[in-house]
Amino acid sequence: MTEVIARAEPTGTPAVITERGERAVFCGLTSIIWLHRRIQDAFFLVVGSRTCAHLLQSAAGVMIFAEPRFATAILGERDLAGMADCNEELDRVVSELLARRPDVRRLFLVGSCPSEVIKLDLANAAARLQRVHDNRLRISAFSGSGIETTFTQGEDQCLASMVPDLPTAQDSSLRLMVVGTLADIVEEQFRRHFAQLGITEVDFFPAARADDLPTVGPGTRILLAQPYLSDTVAALRKRGGKLISALYPLGIQGTLAWFQAAAAEWGCSAETVQEALAIPIARAQKALSRVRSSLEGKTLQFLPDSQLEIPLARFLSEECGMSLVEVATPFIDQSLMAEELARLAEDVRLVEGADLDSALARVRANRPDLTVCGMGIANPLEAEGLRTKWSIELVFTPIQGFDQVADLAGLFSRPLVRERQLEVGSWS
Amino acid sequence: MELALWTYEGPPHVGAIRIAASMRDVHLVLHAPQGDTYADLLFTMIERENRRPPVTWTTFQARDLGSSTAEMVINTLEGVCERYSPQVLLVAESCTGELLQDQPGALAKGANLSAPVIPIEMAAYTHKENWGASETFYQLVRGLLAARALKPGETKAPRAADQPPSVNLIGPTKLGFRCRDDVVEVQKLLEQMGVRVNVVAPLDATPRDLLRIPDADANVNLAPEVGDLTCDWLKRQFQQPIISTVPMGWGATRDFIAEVSETLGLDIDVESVGDSRLPWYSRSVDSTYLTNKRVFIFADGTHAIAAARIARDEMGFEVVGLGTYSRERARDVRALAKEYGLEALITDDYLAVERAVEALQPELVLGTQMERHIAKRLGLPCAVISTPAHVQDYPARYSPQMGFEGCNVLFDTWVHPLIMGLEEHLLTMFRDDFEFNDTAAPSHLGGEGGGAHQPDTVASIEEAAETDEPGAIAWAVSAEKELRKIPFFVRGKARRNTEHFAIENGLSLIDVETLYEAKAHYSR
Repeated sequence: MTEVIARAEPTGTPAVITERGERAVFCGLTSIIWLHRRIQDAFFLVVGSRTCAHLLQSAAGVMIFAEPRFATAILGERDLAGMADCNEELDRVVSELLARRPDVRRLFLVGSCPSEVIKLDLANAAARLQRVHDNRLRISAFSGSGIETTFTQGEDQCLASMVPDLPTAQDSSLRLMVVGTLADIVEEQFRRHFAQLGITEVDFFPAARADDLPTVGPGTRILLAQPYLSDTVAALRKRGGKLISALYPLGIQGTLAWFQAAAAEWGCSAETVQEALAIPIARAQKALSRVRSSLEGKTLQFLPDSQLEIPLARFLSEECGMSLVEVATPFIDQSLMAEELARLAEDVRLVEGADLDSALARVRANRPDLTVCGMGIANPLEAEGLRTKWSIELVFTPIQGFDQVADLAGLFSRPLVRERQLEVGSWS
Repeated sequence: MELALWTYEGPPHVGAIRIAASMRDVHLVLHAPQGDTYADLLFTMIERENRRPPVTWTTFQARDLGSSTAEMVINTLEGVCERYSPQVLLVAESCTGELLQDQPGALAKGANLSAPVIPIEMAAYTHKENWGASETFYQLVRGLLAARALKPGETKAPRAADQPPSVNLIGPTKLGFRCRDDVVEVQKLLEQMGVRVNVVAPLDATPRDLLRIPDADANVNLAPEVGDLTCDWLKRQFQQPIISTVPMGWGATRDFIAEVSETLGLDIDVESVGDSRLPWYSRSVDSTYLTNKRVFIFADGTHAIAAARIARDEMGFEVVGLGTYSRERARDVRALAKEYGLEALITDDYLAVERAVEALQPELVLGTQMERHIAKRLGLPCAVISTPAHVQDYPARYSPQMGFEGCNVLFDTWVHPLIMGLEEHLLTMFRDDFEFNDTAAPSHLGGEGGGAHQPDTVASIEEAAETDEPGAIAWAVSAEKELRKIPFFVRGKARRNTEHFAIENGLSLIDVETLYEAKAHYSR
């Protein structure tokens, strides 16, 4: 079942081992859970099956007490039989929904596995519905299906679908666009840091309000806050934006390099950035040093899941002293990962794709001190005496930037601290 | 097309996973796209299972469509047989798998696999989780036992004189509500009666155990949502009578004992089998305050039906709303609701349930995790009595719902969210006391105390909303002041009732008189 193709990279980065087999990952619909927290006047309507609705509520932990700003239009037998009716039904559901939620400023129709297999054209449906509700809100479509997207790629599809709506910049003066969902608190910190560097022409995409769309043009410099946004970057480049190649803002080194790469475009030297940000850097170092001791020298294996694996591996090995047993990620975009890959040791076992059973067999053989994996796998591994960190927390928790460095390290140290602390029972 | 915010049941293949996850030495292969594997976490996170459910997924992606998905099915099946050597291999599809029409069941049958194959047709676009569980268990039992069915004219051999009477417990599953503890409790009850439990299935059973099902004298249909179909088939094929009383609540437990005795021809005095504290606790004076507390019940069919009887007859509550999301049980719930003078609420639309709760303003909500949300939002006390449930309803402690211990557990669970009788009086007496006032949470509610203040929040939000509307109702300062004197835990209701009364009577200003007119109008 496994197909292993090793190829040597000329650049001295680790060889990529490709695996194919059973994949234990969420689909892109899961992105809706953090996207709807970020874009506070958007509604996400999945056109799919009961499985989609069930996934969303299971992944969201059935813990949101307000009426959620996402829902599923569940396809029934009758919708499958006649496509014309299916479109009429969708129009009816959307009208019902909008009548209920007058506060919604943007509606996303989100494609799913079943809607794609039956070739229901949601882009077309969105255009049709836009004409009906034109003066009220913006309607567009993207795919979060498992056959097209893996977990965080849902956000990539969502943002890419918004790019055509971005207004064109009036001139080509420099403007920074930070792309990828960040927590409000992180956005505020980053704005302050950019201001300290004298960069005030900064937009965050997506913004907290759906109508706050940044302009795009030849003066736009794209700085990625998240590493999984390949299609969004391609769409922004088509509109004239230029990508700033950088590490991702995870860890002190990653965050510093990220600001330095952006500031360079504004003619600011690396040293200047380091000086300007000396206070938050020192604070982060102090906070991290307290957590670092529990991580240092511990072995770590990543199962493929969030696409954050490579930058996290860089942070945990470089700054926390962990030893990487294996880094697996659902897929690698060589251009967006270039800077990160160059920081990984050449002998790190780097896997693209997945074959669950063989990956688990390697975890059992390696017995790493910590395994980063999906939620469904964590408890079974714990029951086998292995410490785990479930990766969905990494996309729900503010982890980017200097002031979150210790929190990020803390996510990984907590299971290890707990192991030392508990005087009851045994994991091994 | 149906608009769903939250859903009470998952898709049917999740029901199939529940059966596989409940059993041993069974493996399920699901033809499904990447992403459907989220279902693992229902078991490993919500129920804290220490093993992955025995399910392997083909996890096809777009690049596999049209060319190699059928091949993936075969490869997966072969890999599973090699790795797990299951006694039985179940084969099914998720909703997307079904659209591909690869027919994995037929592929498996023709693949010459080392394990016997039982294919399950899910019909994902018409059915739901409990149906999927019921169908999977039925197909599995039928697949294993059809060849051994009694021939026409043949009768079941009578039990040997030296053998104790025996039953099977049919229906309990993983992710069922307290199934783990209910099985233990019912086994204890049967043991008291001298009845042997032959097989419990699907929970912890192997396919070999299922082959022994016909050895028992009767089947206890312990979870009808899952067991109905199988019990009926066993009755037809093996002449095993069905014991259909679900022993939940004091009266139902006694009825169960009576039905077991009658079915098995035993001479057992119901009084001698056991008892619970519930009858006495309900009769003790502190429980007087429970009298006619207005209760709203919404659950799966089995738990809704049981809860209604317990609420009215054993707790002395008034049932003001009764409903279920189990369409299969709609008829039973409708009939029961009629008996209670109610119209049953049969829906899987969480918003419809919310509207009903909002309109009825019950004093206690007994429901699922969804009703817990609703109640929390409306500031109403709530206890969870049925799936879907969250991780806190898979407790570490022994906490059955059935049998006599189940009665004790239910009494505590339902009373706990309420303000206790004596405390209710004290709150009224000392409502202006500096350390025992509106903002101090009731002592026994601990961290949950905040919930008791929510009626006010809700009311003030509503108020704000209403001031925007033409014809809004205003509160005179004196009436507002009087309202503050009403204990906080009923204040929200008083405010609502008064406003409702004012609207109905075409009043635009609420004064003290209106407040008391409304009180008189709504008092029972």
